[in-house]
Amino acid sequence: MQDIKVVKTRPEPEKKIGKHIITVKVQHNFGVLARITGLFAGRGYNIESLTVGRTHEPNIARITIVVEGEERVVEQIIKQLRKLIETLKVRDITDLPHIERELALIKIHTENDRARDEIMRLVNIFRGKVVDVSQESYTVEITGDNDKIEAFIDLIRPFGIKEMARTGTLAMVRESAASKEGVLD
Amino acid sequence: MQMKKKRGADIVVDVLVSEGVDTVFGLPGGAIMEVYDALFDAPFRNVLTRHEQAACHMADGYARATGKVGVVIATSGPGATNLVTGLATAYMDSIPLVAITGQVPRHYIGTDAFQEADVIGITRPITKHNFLVTDIKDLPLILRQAFYIAKTGRPGPVLVDIPKDITQQVSEYRIPTDEEVKESLPGYNPHTEGNPVQIKKAAELIRKATKPVLYVGGGAVLSDAAEEVYKLAKLTNIPVTTTNMGKGAFPENDPLSLHMLGMHGTYYANMAVYNADLLIAIGARFDDRVTGKITEFAPEAKIIHIDIDPASISKTITVDVPIVGDVKTVLKKLIKELESKPVEWIAARESWLKQIQEWKEKHPLTYRKSDKIIKPQAVIEEIYNVTGGDAIISAGVGQHQMWAAMFYKYSYPRQFLNSGGLGTMGFGFPAAVGAKIGRPEKTVFAIEGDGSFIMNVQDLATAVQYRVPVKIAIINNGFLGMVRQWQQFFYDSRYASVCLSVQPDFVKLAESFGAVGLRATKPSEVREVLVKAMEINDRPVLIDFVVDREENVLPMVPAGKSYREMILTPKQKSEAETMYLVG
Repeated sequence: MQDIKVVKTRPEPEKKIGKHIITVKVQHNFGVLARITGLFAGRGYNIESLTVGRTHEPNIARITIVVEGEERVVEQIIKQLRKLIETLKVRDITDLPHIERELALIKIHTENDRARDEIMRLVNIFRGKVVDVSQESYTVEITGDNDKIEAFIDLIRPFGIKEMARTGTLAMVRESAASKEGVLD
Repeated sequence: MQMKKKRGADIVVDVLVSEGVDTVFGLPGGAIMEVYDALFDAPFRNVLTRHEQAACHMADGYARATGKVGVVIATSGPGATNLVTGLATAYMDSIPLVAITGQVPRHYIGTDAFQEADVIGITRPITKHNFLVTDIKDLPLILRQAFYIAKTGRPGPVLVDIPKDITQQVSEYRIPTDEEVKESLPGYNPHTEGNPVQIKKAAELIRKATKPVLYVGGGAVLSDAAEEVYKLAKLTNIPVTTTNMGKGAFPENDPLSLHMLGMHGTYYANMAVYNADLLIAIGARFDDRVTGKITEFAPEAKIIHIDIDPASISKTITVDVPIVGDVKTVLKKLIKELESKPVEWIAARESWLKQIQEWKEKHPLTYRKSDKIIKPQAVIEEIYNVTGGDAIISAGVGQHQMWAAMFYKYSYPRQFLNSGGLGTMGFGFPAAVGAKIGRPEKTVFAIEGDGSFIMNVQDLATAVQYRVPVKIAIINNGFLGMVRQWQQFFYDSRYASVCLSVQPDFVKLAESFGAVGLRATKPSEVREVLVKAMEINDRPVLIDFVVDREENVLPMVPAGKSYREMILTPKQKSEAETMYLVG
């Protein structure tokens, strides 16, 4: 077709990629978690971490999801989460002052006394705890935000990590910020 | 309130009655037998189909034609998995359905029992919501929730999976009230009203626009907003293009109609959208078949988007004025707002409408006529003529679907039924049966392809058994025509697996089911057989139209391409192909 000579295009919005922390309050019904993870899998969204647990309210669970993605995709994720019949509240708390915590259990190889001393030092600096000891290993419990845990793992990696389990991020908006910004609805 | 005591299966029937259900479609089996036993005495019509997929499409066609919730019933395992395509079809087009499936008894769940399937898991992504009933006490509430969820907000199919032992169990029960249903769904609150600030902003954009276009989708039909769309278009003198799903939301014989846009849209609709300075999207979702290359869709237009589903807004294209709400409600408010501060609408649109008129004259919707061979488009035009433009048309999927969309001029909502989103072959005929059952006063035509029709041919038996006098027009080109067209255009005419060289004799096939079979092989016979078909009203009539085998659907914007690359006539094909290759 020769009728359109000048090519015009829509201005494309700037692509901003970032990490987002989304908290979701859901009715704790049969299969609700499958509904949420199925949504992510089916629409091709990548989850960095997802944690779920009960709350103080009966039959209400809280899910914390960490995703990295383009702004538009994250916005779509939030909308799709809101669309689920069993979700009560969905919030992107990334830009609000918030507390972020993760717990990791790490079984570290202890080759000799020097290694034991050095690992203990690191555990103390990071305010971790040794929760199990054997001839060849320490099992360490450490909590903190994602950066802290990553930093600790980097430092102890040379000793040899035998096993590791992480809970994924939990997050909560700080009360002061929440009350100020009126987001405690 | 006094509690009654009944079997689970009878509770199901009671809730269906309380929801005003007059017809259910389905096929029994082991896990749903108790429900069928209860249906035996139910005060509504129970249509036995020959395949669950057809049952689902019938319930869907019934829902599309009437606006009511369609109900389909199937047994566990294969019965339920046969619903999958039908549910996905309804989900993509936002059609309110309630599917009731039997499940193996609770103590067998998870043991790979006979005819057990994880139906909740399978249907989760293709339903608006689904439920597994685990306690008979929840049964009446869940069934009522299913209807409420199916028909409110952005409608969609809801599935309720009921283990057999629950259907057999006897329990005290009462049917929950509307308030109880709403309160039981605290996370489900569709926004219907529309933000007044946004509505004001939209009105302001409409007043300022010099080249506006209304882009109307299926949401306008679902919301019963045809009257408001008409009012808005006439008040502001804005031309209207509808999507495939939006057909009938605005009368196509009106001078303001641009007909359909997108991949097989008209030249003038696509040109208008390409050159528009304001696009008002009403219950439409910027589907890839509409937009083509997204960065070149309505490149200079500000966009207003009215939709009940917030997730549809700014999903594929960023809009300027989003309005979340029910289309009908929002349009009423928008019209009121526009009327409060009118401008000289007629004068404001003069040059724009003149331009559009020029486009319409330059490339009207047409095709090469023939008196030797039946052109498929001519069949559709003749169906239009013999039905006075008043029939409900239900199309399958493929070339015939697009010709049915282009060459029948629709004038009222719920007149054109087809699988727009999922593109389900085999949809047209069973949906026509459902539509005819729901709207017996209307002539209902299934326009099917020879490839599409055969996918649900078995349910001719159902149409004959229940004396549903649908007309079936088979646009028979002996090909999977749309795929063949793409192969011709984009795969160097390598016709891989598209030639349907072995076919039944469709006339004999119809007769063997007890329907009437007719055939036209020459252009002169087309009208004759259609007139004959119109005279038969006690059973289905099938007409085999043997048409030009390699006719193409044009215009066409190749998938993912800009409207600039629209292929208009067969002659321009090679030229457009080159453009396609250069990209």
